[in-house]
Amino acid sequence: MKEEGNKLIVRRIKNGTVIDHIPGGQALNVLKILGITGEEGYTVALLMNVRSKKIGKKDIVKIENRELDPKEVDKIALLAPEATINTIRDYSVVKKTKVKLPSIIKEIVTCVNPNCITNKQGEPVVPTFKVVSSEPLVLCCEYCGTYVNQNDIIEQYSRAAAKR
Amino acid sequence: MFKNRDVISILDFSDAELEKIFEVSKKMEKTMKKGSSVLKGKILANAFFEPSTRTRLSFETAMHKLGGSVIGFTDIEATSIAKGENLADTIRMLDAYADVIAIRHKVEGAAKLAAEIADAPVINAGDGTKNHPTQAMVDLYTVWKEFGRIDGLNFVLMGDLRYGRAVASFLYALTKFKPRKIYLVSPPLLKPRKELEEHLTKSGVNFEIRENLQDIIQETDVLYVTRIQRERFPDPAEYEKVKGSYRVDLETIKNAKDGMIIMHPLPRVGEIALEVDTHKSARYFQQAANGVPVRMALLYLLLEGEK
Repeated sequence: MKEEGNKLIVRRIKNGTVIDHIPGGQALNVLKILGITGEEGYTVALLMNVRSKKIGKKDIVKIENRELDPKEVDKIALLAPEATINTIRDYSVVKKTKVKLPSIIKEIVTCVNPNCITNKQGEPVVPTFKVVSSEPLVLCCEYCGTYVNQNDIIEQYSRAAAKR
Repeated sequence: MFKNRDVISILDFSDAELEKIFEVSKKMEKTMKKGSSVLKGKILANAFFEPSTRTRLSFETAMHKLGGSVIGFTDIEATSIAKGENLADTIRMLDAYADVIAIRHKVEGAAKLAAEIADAPVINAGDGTKNHPTQAMVDLYTVWKEFGRIDGLNFVLMGDLRYGRAVASFLYALTKFKPRKIYLVSPPLLKPRKELEEHLTKSGVNFEIRENLQDIIQETDVLYVTRIQRERFPDPAEYEKVKGSYRVDLETIKNAKDGMIIMHPLPRVGEIALEVDTHKSARYFQQAANGVPVRMALLYLLLEGEK
């Protein structure tokens, strides 16, 4: 990273992913949700609270040599509903994906109610949530009706990352 | 509209559908006396993973009155569930044996999962703390039978509004209609959950949280009382302090208006004094008795449709 005039320049990455238009301050949570703790050895660049015409203040995350699968893209939508995900190969953007928060979220979130059927082992059931509100994010469990919010989700992913 | 339908939450039913159930229930009161054989050859599986008296027995009675038979279990210790069989496999087996399944389970969402697995219609006979749709139907029917309507009445729901699934279901059910006003009277610790309160707000029903019954007793049409369980209070002294305030006796209802009815999903443990049982406003035993015609109506509609 170097400063050029009043511009902040981060080196382009050769291969990997650039996640842009993350709401200011959420970059660390985006890494959490992707399960990136730093111990994996990826080169990661974070830019936080950069001025953005579109969303006021934004964060940008660059991860070298790591591409995202569609499920991970959905996870990012939970924290950064406006984000764009650029897949980089050999210095050029080969794919630009705009995340979209689906109206039904399957699998990627756990219900916070320990007495919900989706938290019982050995049952063939996929945790499923209806989006009640996107900003602030509120999900409603299709099985037990419990509300799950953004902080609950961040906590779930932090715990999962700590376990690994 | 009804045939083969699952009954998971009271919210899945429209006011018109509920009124249809009430009308059929009314007819079933006559059928009940002489019995019928319209469901001859049909089998109800009662899958009671949690103990129940009224709900289970009224389902059984309803099925027998219509000429059908009942299989099932009420004690999971004596079943293969005790050996570690999961819910899904148990339901698959019952689905192969029976034409309709009633399930009671302590885990929330168990009935929805059962409905996903079974081809036969599944009736939620109570799961977790929110859903008990057939109890809500019985409760609404009790009001409908008394007043001929749900709309325009003043309701007071008093007691544990947080953990009681019957009262939660009844509240959800009321949002399908246009009650004049719903008063919620409970200790702060037992007020309705956030989801329920938000649902009430969103549905646009006129409701108000109160701490005292006496200020509103004069305008009450339906007083719905629920049991406050001691174990809900982390501090037993706190329980002792509040329990008296949510108890109904003849003194409490002295200023009630003529025609008010008192309901309770039962079992009661002291929150309605025995002296009230013979008072003209007591309807809780009738309410329990209504469990049979309403469940007859439901079983009939699910298995035979509207003929």
